[in-house]
Amino acid sequence: MRALSTIHTALVAFMIIVTLPVAAQDAVPPAPYANVQLPDPAQEAKAEALMETLRCLKCQSQSIADSDASMAGDMRSQVRERIARGEDPEAIRAWLMERYGDYVSYAPRVSETTWPLFAVPLLLALVAGLVLLRRLRGRT
Amino acid sequence: MKRWTLWVPLTLFLGFCVLAGYQLTQPKDDFVVSRMIGKPLPDFDLHAASLDRPALASSYFHDGKPHLLNVFASWCIPCAAEAPQLEALRRRGADIAGIAIRDRPEDVADYLTRYGNPYSRIGSDDLSQVQLDIGSSGVPETFVIDGKGIIRYQHIGDIRPDDVPLMIGKLREAEQ
Repeated sequence: MRALSTIHTALVAFMIIVTLPVAAQDAVPPAPYANVQLPDPAQEAKAEALMETLRCLKCQSQSIADSDASMAGDMRSQVRERIARGEDPEAIRAWLMERYGDYVSYAPRVSETTWPLFAVPLLLALVAGLVLLRRLRGRT
Repeated sequence: MKRWTLWVPLTLFLGFCVLAGYQLTQPKDDFVVSRMIGKPLPDFDLHAASLDRPALASSYFHDGKPHLLNVFASWCIPCAAEAPQLEALRRRGADIAGIAIRDRPEDVADYLTRYGNPYSRIGSDDLSQVQLDIGSSGVPETFVIDGKGIIRYQHIGDIRPDDVPLMIGKLREAEQ
Protein backbone atom coordinates (compact mmCIF):
# COMPACT_ATOMS: atom_id res chain seq x y z
CA MET A 1 0.00 0.00 0.00
CA ARG A 2 2.79 2.36 0.98
CA ALA A 3 4.80 1.36 -2.09
CA LEU A 4 1.79 2.11 -4.25
CA SER A 5 1.41 5.58 -2.79
CA THR A 6 5.13 6.24 -3.31
CA ILE A 7 4.73 5.30 -6.97
CA HIS A 8 1.68 7.52 -7.12
CA THR A 9 3.59 10.49 -5.65
CA ALA A 10 6.51 9.91 -8.02
CA LEU A 11 4.10 9.76 -10.95
CA VAL A 12 2.41 12.99 -9.96
CA ALA A 13 5.80 14.69 -9.48
CA PHE A 14 6.87 13.43 -12.93
CA MET A 15 3.69 14.76 -14.53
CA ILE A 16 4.19 18.16 -12.90
CA ILE A 17 7.77 18.34 -14.18
CA VAL A 18 6.76 17.24 -17.68
CA THR A 19 3.97 19.82 -17.91
CA LEU A 20 6.07 22.72 -16.55
CA PRO A 21 7.06 24.13 -19.95
CA VAL A 22 3.37 24.60 -20.73
CA ALA A 23 3.08 26.90 -17.74
CA ALA A 24 6.02 28.98 -18.99
CA GLN A 25 3.87 30.95 -21.43
CA ASP A 26 2.87 34.53 -20.98
CA ALA A 27 -0.74 35.64 -21.24
CA VAL A 28 -0.05 38.93 -23.03
CA PRO A 29 -1.25 39.10 -26.67
CA PRO A 30 1.49 39.18 -29.37
CA ALA A 31 3.14 42.48 -30.36
CA PRO A 32 1.27 44.44 -33.08
CA TYR A 33 3.41 43.26 -36.01
CA ALA A 34 4.51 39.88 -34.63
CA ASN A 35 2.13 37.94 -36.88
CA VAL A 36 0.73 40.74 -39.04
CA GLN A 37 2.31 41.64 -42.35
CA LEU A 38 3.13 45.20 -43.33
CA PRO A 39 0.57 46.74 -45.73
CA ASP A 40 3.28 47.59 -48.27
CA PRO A 41 4.40 44.34 -50.00
CA ALA A 42 7.85 45.74 -50.85
CA GLN A 43 8.48 46.63 -47.20
CA GLU A 44 7.13 43.27 -46.05
CA ALA A 45 9.48 41.47 -48.46
CA LYS A 46 12.43 43.43 -47.00
CA ALA A 47 11.34 42.62 -43.44
CA GLU A 48 10.80 38.95 -44.33
CA ALA A 49 14.27 38.63 -45.86
CA LEU A 50 15.85 40.15 -42.76
CA MET A 51 13.81 38.08 -40.29
CA GLU A 52 14.93 34.87 -41.97
CA THR A 53 18.55 35.74 -41.21
CA LEU A 54 18.11 36.75 -37.57
CA ARG A 55 18.50 34.15 -34.85
CA CYS A 56 15.83 33.61 -32.24
CA LEU A 57 17.67 34.03 -28.94
CA LYS A 58 15.39 31.74 -26.96
CA CYS A 59 15.23 28.91 -29.47
CA GLN A 60 18.70 29.18 -30.87
CA SER A 61 18.40 26.91 -33.90
CA GLN A 62 15.56 28.85 -35.47
CA SER A 63 15.30 32.18 -37.19
CA ILE A 64 12.86 34.68 -35.74
CA ALA A 65 10.71 34.13 -38.84
CA ASP A 66 10.36 30.44 -37.91
CA SER A 67 9.91 30.69 -34.17
CA ASP A 68 6.76 30.76 -32.10
CA ALA A 69 8.54 32.07 -28.99
CA SER A 70 7.00 35.30 -27.76
CA MET A 71 10.40 37.01 -27.76
CA ALA A 72 10.80 36.12 -31.45
CA GLY A 73 7.36 37.67 -32.03
CA ASP A 74 8.50 40.85 -30.30
CA MET A 75 11.64 40.87 -32.46
CA ARG A 76 9.56 40.42 -35.65
CA SER A 77 7.36 43.31 -34.60
CA GLN A 78 10.44 45.50 -33.97
CA VAL A 79 11.87 44.59 -37.38
CA ARG A 80 8.61 45.35 -39.20
CA GLU A 81 8.03 48.63 -37.34
CA ARG A 82 11.58 49.79 -38.05
CA ILE A 83 11.29 48.84 -41.75
CA ALA A 84 7.95 50.71 -41.93
CA ARG A 85 9.73 53.76 -40.46
CA GLY A 86 12.15 53.57 -43.38
CA GLU A 87 15.15 52.06 -41.60
CA ASP A 88 17.61 50.07 -43.69
CA PRO A 89 17.54 46.28 -43.01
CA GLU A 90 21.32 46.21 -42.51
CA ALA A 91 21.03 49.03 -39.95
CA ILE A 92 18.51 46.93 -38.00
CA ARG A 93 20.87 43.96 -38.16
CA ALA A 94 23.70 46.19 -36.93
CA TRP A 95 21.50 47.43 -34.08
CA LEU A 96 20.90 43.84 -32.93
CA MET A 97 24.54 42.81 -33.39
CA GLU A 98 25.58 45.74 -31.22
CA ARG A 99 23.53 44.12 -28.44
CA TYR A 100 23.95 40.39 -29.01
CA GLY A 101 27.11 40.10 -31.11
CA ASP A 102 27.59 38.16 -34.37
CA TYR A 103 25.57 35.34 -32.85
CA VAL A 104 22.21 36.97 -33.56
CA SER A 105 22.86 37.09 -37.30
CA TYR A 106 22.78 34.11 -39.66
CA ALA A 107 24.48 36.12 -42.41
CA PRO A 108 28.21 35.42 -41.96
CA ARG A 109 30.58 38.35 -42.06
CA VAL A 110 34.36 38.62 -42.05
CA SER A 111 35.61 39.51 -38.58
CA GLU A 112 38.49 38.88 -36.19
CA THR A 113 37.23 35.38 -35.39
CA THR A 114 35.62 34.34 -38.68
CA TRP A 115 38.32 35.27 -41.23
CA PRO A 116 39.81 31.72 -41.35
CA LEU A 117 36.48 30.46 -42.67
CA PHE A 118 36.91 32.71 -45.68
CA ALA A 119 40.70 32.46 -45.98
CA VAL A 120 41.19 28.68 -45.71
CA PRO A 121 39.13 27.71 -48.81
CA LEU A 122 41.02 30.31 -50.88
CA LEU A 123 44.32 28.98 -49.55
CA LEU A 124 43.35 25.36 -50.32
CA ALA A 125 42.25 26.30 -53.86
CA LEU A 126 45.57 28.08 -54.35
CA VAL A 127 47.57 25.05 -53.15
CA ALA A 128 45.50 22.71 -55.33
CA GLY A 129 46.07 25.00 -58.32
CA LEU A 130 49.83 25.07 -57.74
CA VAL A 131 50.06 21.29 -57.39
CA LEU A 132 48.02 20.83 -60.56
CA LEU A 133 50.16 23.30 -62.44
CA ARG A 134 53.39 21.53 -61.44
CA ARG A 135 52.02 18.14 -62.42
CA LEU A 136 50.76 19.35 -65.78
CA ARG A 137 54.10 21.01 -66.51
CA GLY A 138 55.97 17.91 -65.48
CA ARG A 139 53.98 15.88 -67.99
CA THR A 140 54.74 17.96 -71.08
CA MET B 1 58.23 15.04 -54.72
CA LYS B 2 59.88 14.44 -51.38
CA ARG B 3 58.79 11.61 -49.18
CA TRP B 4 57.68 13.79 -46.27
CA THR B 5 55.10 15.71 -48.31
CA LEU B 6 53.07 12.50 -48.52
CA TRP B 7 52.44 12.81 -44.80
CA VAL B 8 51.01 16.33 -45.00
CA PRO B 9 47.36 15.39 -45.82
CA LEU B 10 47.27 12.74 -43.09
CA THR B 11 48.74 15.16 -40.53
CA LEU B 12 46.18 17.79 -41.50
CA PHE B 13 43.38 15.24 -41.18
CA LEU B 14 44.61 14.09 -37.75
CA GLY B 15 44.88 17.72 -36.67
CA PHE B 16 41.27 18.22 -37.75
CA CYS B 17 40.21 15.11 -35.76
CA VAL B 18 41.98 16.39 -32.63
CA LEU B 19 40.32 19.81 -32.98
CA ALA B 20 36.86 18.29 -33.55
CA GLY B 21 37.35 15.87 -30.63
CA TYR B 22 38.42 18.69 -28.33
CA GLN B 23 35.45 20.85 -29.29
CA LEU B 24 33.05 17.92 -28.78
CA THR B 25 34.27 17.43 -25.21
CA GLN B 26 33.82 21.11 -24.31
CA PRO B 27 30.60 21.83 -22.37
CA LYS B 28 27.78 23.38 -24.41
CA ASP B 29 27.36 27.09 -23.85
CA ASP B 30 23.88 28.40 -24.62
CA PHE B 31 24.36 31.79 -23.02
CA VAL B 32 24.18 34.83 -25.24
CA VAL B 33 26.22 37.45 -23.41
CA SER B 34 25.08 41.05 -23.80
CA ARG B 35 27.47 43.32 -25.68
CA MET B 36 26.08 46.24 -23.72
CA ILE B 37 28.35 45.62 -20.72
CA GLY B 38 30.48 48.72 -20.21
CA LYS B 39 28.01 50.82 -22.17
CA PRO B 40 25.35 53.20 -20.82
CA LEU B 41 21.92 51.81 -20.10
CA PRO B 42 19.68 52.75 -23.06
CA ASP B 43 16.94 55.31 -22.36
CA PHE B 44 13.56 53.91 -21.46
CA ASP B 45 10.45 54.94 -19.58
CA LEU B 46 8.23 52.03 -18.54
CA HIS B 47 4.84 52.18 -16.87
CA ALA B 48 4.34 50.50 -13.51
CA ALA B 49 3.93 46.72 -13.60
CA SER B 50 2.01 46.53 -10.34
CA LEU B 51 -0.02 48.85 -8.12
CA ASP B 52 2.26 48.74 -5.07
CA ARG B 53 5.55 49.72 -6.74
CA PRO B 54 6.35 52.86 -8.79
CA ALA B 55 7.18 52.78 -12.50
CA LEU B 56 10.75 52.53 -13.80
CA ALA B 57 12.67 54.87 -16.12
CA SER B 58 16.37 54.78 -17.06
CA SER B 59 16.86 58.12 -15.21
CA TYR B 60 16.46 56.14 -11.96
CA PHE B 61 19.94 54.68 -12.48
CA HIS B 62 21.72 58.05 -12.52
CA ASP B 63 21.57 58.76 -8.78
CA GLY B 64 25.21 57.95 -8.06
CA LYS B 65 24.47 54.62 -6.40
CA PRO B 66 24.79 51.16 -7.96
CA HIS B 67 21.58 49.18 -8.54
CA LEU B 68 20.56 45.73 -9.60
CA LEU B 69 18.26 45.52 -12.61
CA ASN B 70 16.38 42.23 -12.53
CA VAL B 71 14.59 41.12 -15.70
CA PHE B 72 11.82 38.72 -14.71
CA ALA B 73 8.27 37.59 -15.46
CA SER B 74 5.44 36.12 -13.44
CA TRP B 75 5.17 33.26 -15.98
CA CYS B 76 8.85 32.34 -15.57
CA ILE B 77 9.56 29.46 -13.20
CA PRO B 78 13.31 30.02 -12.61
CA CYS B 79 12.37 33.59 -11.61
CA ALA B 80 10.30 32.23 -8.74
CA ALA B 81 13.26 30.01 -7.83
CA GLU B 82 15.61 32.98 -7.52
CA ALA B 83 13.16 35.08 -5.44
CA PRO B 84 14.69 34.05 -2.07
CA GLN B 85 18.16 35.05 -3.35
CA LEU B 86 16.86 38.45 -4.46
CA GLU B 87 15.35 38.89 -1.01
CA ALA B 88 18.73 37.96 0.53
CA LEU B 89 20.43 40.57 -1.68
CA ARG B 90 17.89 43.20 -0.65
CA ARG B 91 18.52 42.42 3.05
CA ARG B 92 22.23 42.89 2.41
CA GLY B 93 21.56 46.40 1.15
CA ALA B 94 21.12 45.95 -2.61
CA ASP B 95 18.53 48.11 -4.35
CA ILE B 96 16.71 45.96 -6.89
CA ALA B 97 14.71 47.48 -9.74
CA GLY B 98 12.63 45.04 -11.73
CA ILE B 99 11.48 44.84 -15.32
CA ALA B 100 8.53 42.51 -15.87
CA ILE B 101 8.52 41.07 -19.38
CA ARG B 102 5.21 40.56 -21.19
CA ASP B 103 3.18 40.56 -18.02
CA ARG B 104 -0.27 41.59 -16.75
CA PRO B 105 -0.62 43.68 -13.56
CA GLU B 106 -2.83 41.07 -11.89
CA ASP B 107 -0.32 38.30 -12.64
CA VAL B 108 2.59 40.40 -11.33
CA ALA B 109 0.63 41.19 -8.14
CA ASP B 110 -0.15 37.50 -7.65
CA TYR B 111 3.50 36.56 -8.27
CA LEU B 112 4.75 39.15 -5.75
CA THR B 113 2.37 38.03 -2.99
CA ARG B 114 3.35 34.44 -3.62
CA TYR B 115 7.15 34.74 -3.88
CA GLY B 116 7.90 38.04 -2.11
CA ASN B 117 8.63 41.52 -3.35
CA PRO B 118 12.30 42.58 -3.13
CA TYR B 119 11.85 45.33 -5.72
CA SER B 120 11.96 49.08 -5.13
CA ARG B 121 10.40 49.75 -8.54
CA ILE B 122 8.98 47.59 -11.31
CA GLY B 123 8.55 48.66 -14.91
CA SER B 124 6.43 46.71 -17.38
CA ASP B 125 8.10 45.83 -20.68
CA ASP B 126 5.08 44.67 -22.68
CA LEU B 127 6.82 44.14 -26.03
CA SER B 128 10.30 43.12 -24.76
CA GLN B 129 11.63 46.43 -26.14
CA VAL B 130 13.88 47.31 -23.21
CA GLN B 131 14.95 43.67 -22.97
CA LEU B 132 16.16 43.77 -26.60
CA ASP B 133 17.74 47.17 -26.05
CA ILE B 134 19.94 45.96 -23.19
CA GLY B 135 20.92 42.73 -24.95
CA SER B 136 19.08 40.38 -22.62
CA SER B 137 17.96 37.14 -24.21
CA GLY B 138 15.72 35.61 -21.60
CA VAL B 139 14.33 35.64 -18.08
CA PRO B 140 15.64 35.83 -15.45
CA GLU B 141 18.69 37.98 -15.99
CA THR B 142 20.21 40.44 -13.53
CA PHE B 143 22.34 43.43 -14.49
CA VAL B 144 24.57 45.50 -12.23
CA ILE B 145 24.23 49.19 -13.15
CA ASP B 146 26.65 51.69 -11.61
CA GLY B 147 25.75 55.16 -10.31
CA LYS B 148 26.36 56.75 -13.70
CA GLY B 149 23.96 54.41 -15.47
CA ILE B 150 26.69 52.21 -17.03
CA ILE B 151 25.93 48.48 -17.31
CA ARG B 152 28.75 46.76 -15.42
CA TYR B 153 27.80 43.12 -15.15
CA GLN B 154 25.22 40.63 -16.44
CA HIS B 155 24.12 37.50 -14.63
CA ILE B 156 22.31 35.11 -16.97
CA GLY B 157 19.79 32.70 -15.47
CA ASP B 158 18.56 32.44 -11.91
CA ILE B 159 20.76 33.63 -9.05
CA ARG B 160 21.62 30.55 -6.96
CA PRO B 161 22.46 30.82 -3.26
CA ASP B 162 26.21 30.59 -4.07
CA ASP B 163 25.88 33.51 -6.49
CA VAL B 164 24.73 35.96 -3.79
CA PRO B 165 28.27 36.89 -2.57
CA LEU B 166 29.36 37.29 -6.22
CA MET B 167 26.50 39.73 -6.88
CA ILE B 168 27.33 41.69 -3.71
CA GLY B 169 30.96 41.81 -4.87
CA LYS B 170 29.93 43.12 -8.30
CA LEU B 171 27.81 45.81 -6.64
CA ARG B 172 30.81 46.87 -4.50
CA GLU B 173 32.98 47.00 -7.63
CA ALA B 174 30.38 49.21 -9.30
CA GLU B 175 30.56 51.61 -6.36
CA GLN B 176 34.12 52.58 -7.22
